[in-house]
Amino acid sequence: MVIKVKDLPEEEYILPGTRMCSGCGLQIAYRWALKALGPNTIVCNPASCSTVTGGVGGYTPIKVPVMYNCFETVAAHASGVSAALAAKKKDKEIVVVAWAGDGGTYDIGIQGLSGAAERRSNFIYVCYNNQAYMNTGIQRSSATPFGAKTTTTPIIGKAQVNKNMFKIMRAHGLSYIATCATGYPQDLFEKFKKAREFNGKGVRYIEILSSCPPGWGHKVNESVEVTKKAVESGYWPLMEVIEGKLVISNPSKKYIDKSKRKDVRKYLKMQSRFKHFTEDDFKVWEEYIDDLWKELGWELEKQGDL
Amino acid sequence: MVKKIVITGNHAAAYACKSAGVEVVAAYPITPQSPVVEKISEFVEAGEMTKSNTQFVCVESEQSAISAVIAASATGCRVFTASSANGLAYMFELLCWAAGSRLPVVMCIAMRGLGAPWTVWTDHQDAFSVRDVGFMQQFVESNQEIYDTVLMSYRIAEDPRVYLPAFVSYDGYILSHTMMPVQIEDDDKVSKFLPTLKPHTDLTNMGTRPGLNPVTPPDLTVRPEGNTPGYYEFRYSMQKAHENAFEVIEEAARDFAKIFGRSYGNGIYKAYKADDAEILIFAVASVASESRGVVDRLREEGLKIGLISLKLFRPFPVKYLREAFSKANLVVVFDRDIGYGYEGILAYEIKAALYPSENRPIIRGFIVGLGGRDITPEDLIGGVKKAVSEKDDRNVQLATHTDFIGLKLDQLGFKKGGN
Ligand SMILES: Cc1ncc(C[n+]2csc(CCOP(=O)(O)OP(=O)(O)O)c2C)c(N)n1
Ligand code: SF4
Ligand SMILES: [Mg+2]
Repeated sequence: MVIKVKDLPEEEYILPGTRMCSGCGLQIAYRWALKALGPNTIVCNPASCSTVTGGVGGYTPIKVPVMYNCFETVAAHASGVSAALAAKKKDKEIVVVAWAGDGGTYDIGIQGLSGAAERRSNFIYVCYNNQAYMNTGIQRSSATPFGAKTTTTPIIGKAQVNKNMFKIMRAHGLSYIATCATGYPQDLFEKFKKAREFNGKGVRYIEILSSCPPGWGHKVNESVEVTKKAVESGYWPLMEVIEGKLVISNPSKKYIDKSKRKDVRKYLKMQSRFKHFTEDDFKVWEEYIDDLWKELGWELEKQGDL
Repeated sequence: MVKKIVITGNHAAAYACKSAGVEVVAAYPITPQSPVVEKISEFVEAGEMTKSNTQFVCVESEQSAISAVIAASATGCRVFTASSANGLAYMFELLCWAAGSRLPVVMCIAMRGLGAPWTVWTDHQDAFSVRDVGFMQQFVESNQEIYDTVLMSYRIAEDPRVYLPAFVSYDGYILSHTMMPVQIEDDDKVSKFLPTLKPHTDLTNMGTRPGLNPVTPPDLTVRPEGNTPGYYEFRYSMQKAHENAFEVIEEAARDFAKIFGRSYGNGIYKAYKADDAEILIFAVASVASESRGVVDRLREEGLKIGLISLKLFRPFPVKYLREAFSKANLVVVFDRDIGYGYEGILAYEIKAALYPSENRPIIRGFIVGLGGRDITPEDLIGGVKKAVSEKDDRNVQLATHTDFIGLKLDQLGFKKGGN
């Protein structure tokens, strides 16, 4: 059951006055995630836009302990915190979260993440995926989707489709994996609660599609709307893998049926990074979405859930 | 239980971790350090480290090893890691992070030459190449000294006057894989010397905080509640911590001698037959221990020679070395390392240190034994004799080339003096 807004905890762990751009999706996600996790949370944070969330020079709007660390090492840092908690026998009461961008996850940090996942280090790994290196000025990452313009794919847009991190993490046999989007904070809240309940069961991986007005080129008041469109088109299925079993989350359930999926052009046309798209480019996206659901459908069928 | 056992240098390091009650270890295997990792895993799996509830994080790389111990140290635990050469180089970014976070991480380096080309044999290039990251750096000459220096390092690194990470460096194979008798001390006795860690940072102290290592601007952050330092002030405090370390190191060396009856000079350098010496050899680790016999032999020939074996390389004990070299008129430096494009690292460091001395000795440097090339006593004797005979030769003093001892260029068909 989706939690009602009135039942959400009032306590805020990120106070107003962060240094994020207005309309920053990562900040929406961060705020709701910490609401779900509560005060007994230690965050590890690699170089990324979220480092800036934490403030500069001793000012911080974040109310839980955060350790800032190098770009590629967040999973190892979180493993270290979690080992220390185990040594001190505080690992039951305190939850450790690695909070990284797509660059820190898909690219430079993938080795450390894979290592931590395989050895069952105990923490929640969050990738807020804004689909580029935003902090350094919107350069392409391996999470950048096909065709998107970034400052390193400046004229024709990215020629390759993004890496499938969801499948990569599934291949590690994790206890809990989920996808979220900034347009569905209640869904996100529930999933973080669940990930916390899996404390003690190795790495739990949550990936959040995180809107970014300067990086994606949408209006600052569309940060919620834009990822809703992504979900409605079927491009970004909200789902979970619980102890190996695939579960499509409520907001995405109806898009198992292709005819219910909305035109992905609605999503793409909200963003200037896709402004140059031709019919052929739209087709690549449509095929990408079809293939994605075909595979999910096979699996649901095999599980007897279709 | 006190016991004397015959073990390798790597195992001496592992036993020191056990004696120190290290709580989190993360390390990744590399020759010649690997047996450290293996031995600690064995201790943990055999339940021999349950008192400290030690967690061994079996990481997938050196970068993750050092990251994990940094984070565990910031969570209030005593931590340990070890590496060599390429593994150490792979840690570079995080070594700076450990020091900048002022975390008392203790780490062993089983020294090895840096590739390319591949080598697994000893030289000191790896340890010296991380000179400026902010760690304290110590070099040792025996397996007992490894064990003892690791224990001393925790005490020094965890002292609030210091709060700096520390390296303990020993030669690959020469110590790492060579068995020597080592006294393993009783836990109670160790805890008398090494009190429990009182961390300055513990992430489990929940509540509002500025975060550890946030973005720190060049200048002060001025605000009504009080100003916070800029990056520049943080880094100044690191330099001050290094300066404070000397007294803490001397105290630790004195207490160690009192409790365990063993000492390594003043904890800063070890002098051998140096009192009346006019010629002093300056070296670290394997080269220093090799030099001891050389001093004996040259003494028999009537040379007034001694040795200063440097134990503490960072902070660089300038004041102590000016004193130690005040009566020498010739210093012969043997570097198992090189500052490419210049000369041996110890040679140029000691030249800089002694420059303002009243009685400035002639300083002659030689490169020896890179990548495990055997260093024979004859090699070192040859170096000393060359330095003695050319001491007053102005042309030699002014020469800018670097002398290598033990090269075999002739056998490769190179003409003498060519390159
Ligand atoms: C080793 C290293 N390489 C490069 C950088 C520069 N850098 C800092 S953040 C960043 C991009 C971060 O991208 P992502 O992880 O997607 O987070 P975002 O900024 O998009 O939130 C880069 C390239 C760095 N800090 N460290
Ligand atoms: S660039 Fe994007 S991700 Fe970064 S702070 Fe701005 S909106 Fe947020
Ligand atoms: Mg990004």
